[in-house]
Amino acid sequence: MLFRTMTVAAAMLALTAPMSAAGGADDDVLVINEDIEITTKAAASPLLDGHLDEVISGWHFRDDDTQAMEMDDFDNPGMIFVDQAIEVWNTAEGSEGKSCADCHGAPEEMAGVRAVYPKWNEDAGEVRTMQMQINSCRTERMGAEAWKYDAAPAINMEALLASVSRGMPVNVATDGPAAETWEKGKEMYYTRYGLLELSCANCHEQNYGNYIRADHLSQGQINAFPAYRLKNAKLNGVHDRFKGCIRDTRAETFSPGSPEFVALELYVASRGNGLDVEGPSVRN
Amino acid sequence: MKLTGLTLAGVLVAGAALANVVSPDEVTFGEYGEVEASLTGSDGDAEKGREIFSEKSQGNCVSCHALAALPDVPFQGEVGPVLDGVGGYRSAAEIRGILVNAKKTFEGTVMPSFYKTSGFTRPGDGYTGKAPSGPIEPILSAQDVEDVVAFLMTLQD
Ligand code: HEC
Ligand code: HEC
Repeated sequence: MLFRTMTVAAAMLALTAPMSAAGGADDDVLVINEDIEITTKAAASPLLDGHLDEVISGWHFRDDDTQAMEMDDFDNPGMIFVDQAIEVWNTAEGSEGKSCADCHGAPEEMAGVRAVYPKWNEDAGEVRTMQMQINSCRTERMGAEAWKYDAAPAINMEALLASVSRGMPVNVATDGPAAETWEKGKEMYYTRYGLLELSCANCHEQNYGNYIRADHLSQGQINAFPAYRLKNAKLNGVHDRFKGCIRDTRAETFSPGSPEFVALELYVASRGNGLDVEGPSVRN
Repeated sequence: MKLTGLTLAGVLVAGAALANVVSPDEVTFGEYGEVEASLTGSDGDAEKGREIFSEKSQGNCVSCHALAALPDVPFQGEVGPVLDGVGGYRSAAEIRGILVNAKKTFEGTVMPSFYKTSGFTRPGDGYTGKAPSGPIEPILSAQDVEDVVAFLMTLQD
């Protein structure tokens, strides 16, 4: 297994012979299990107002070893949590005695779902993230308790649903009733928070490809979430990542699941429209 | 915890020629964002400035700026310009102004303001992610700023 990964990695090195500009995104190609081709670079959607020409997955900013771990499900530690979620998917819970599988069939039936979230929910009159929708199924259809936002059970299930959408392009709707939430998220993206007065755009739009201390800045895309981080050896949610980035500006941050982060997730997801779903990914 | 912090800050300020320290709200900027007068009324210590420039817990300037004069400091950043020789092409007043509030020199710059205590959006208590429990302290003290100015002025090509 390891040998295969190394061979692929070596082959890729040869392919990228003319090294890309120092520090920028590399030119490697992401194929998972030698089967699922992932679009990791795409023309920027008009929603970006020309702020970026190309959108690029965070995978391109990680080192070769970290990249390789994502190229094979046996090497991707995030897949262990996907396996755990498959069990939960098939287990009845709550007062109704139902499992996810009872309503939805096999997880593969959900292919394409992750790609369009966050999404406006007409009945609820709100934009829902994947985790909000999962919790609505749990409380309303299963009579089970809601999972805590970005906690292990929720993030593992989100990873399962991401895994069956890998290789499908992110295509989040931002118009109609979602527009108001999207605008709110956009405003947050450009707000300079904290004592350091840094916005998401300052780091991920103006400075992607540059190093900030030891960290190689990516575009901060979320097509690859949940992300298994080598740093904390678990799956990390989008909102947890946002929380950390805002905290690092020496700001009073927001909480996972807050309306602010739901709006920011919708906006950031839309910035990645055209990139393929890639989660669970591996990051440092 | 908080009490210790305050007490310590008190001692530090008292130690640094208290009478002459210009508070963040009292700093006067020139036309191009420069600050002529020393914030403490005296010269800084270049050796300490080197430390503040390099330490993550202090100025952490290296997170954005590379400097050949610091070969022992790993992982120097690329977000700001390389500062080799900056003391040769910038005056102390210019560097002081950039440190106090870089936005007065470079409009809209990514560089943070290190001697400022108001005008923030959701200021936090260090890196805790929480709101501050007391008055906001500038990221660097007046003495720290002067020490870093002194250090950068030693960088002459
Ligand atoms: C002070 C700089 C800074 C600011 C400001 C910042 N980030 Fe980040 N962010 C980082 C660093 C460093 C990383 C880790 C390297 C990387 O993937 O870019 C990161 C990673 C991320 C990732 C993970 C990307 C991946 O592929 O794994 C996301 C998503 C993200 N940031 C979103 C945001 C958003 C949204 C904001 C604003 C709310 C923000 N960041 C503000 C520095 C910053
Ligand atoms: C988050 C990034 C960041 C940090 C942290 C930072 N700077 Fe900067 N700095 C910049 C950028 C970007 C510029 C370029 C100004 C511009 O055009 O926006 C700059 C410009 C400067 C300049 C002017 C250089 C010239 O060529 O005129 C000096 C001097 C300077 N910084 C010193 C410091 C010192 C000292 C610290 C720490 C106390 C520091 N910087 C921390 C980003 C940063």
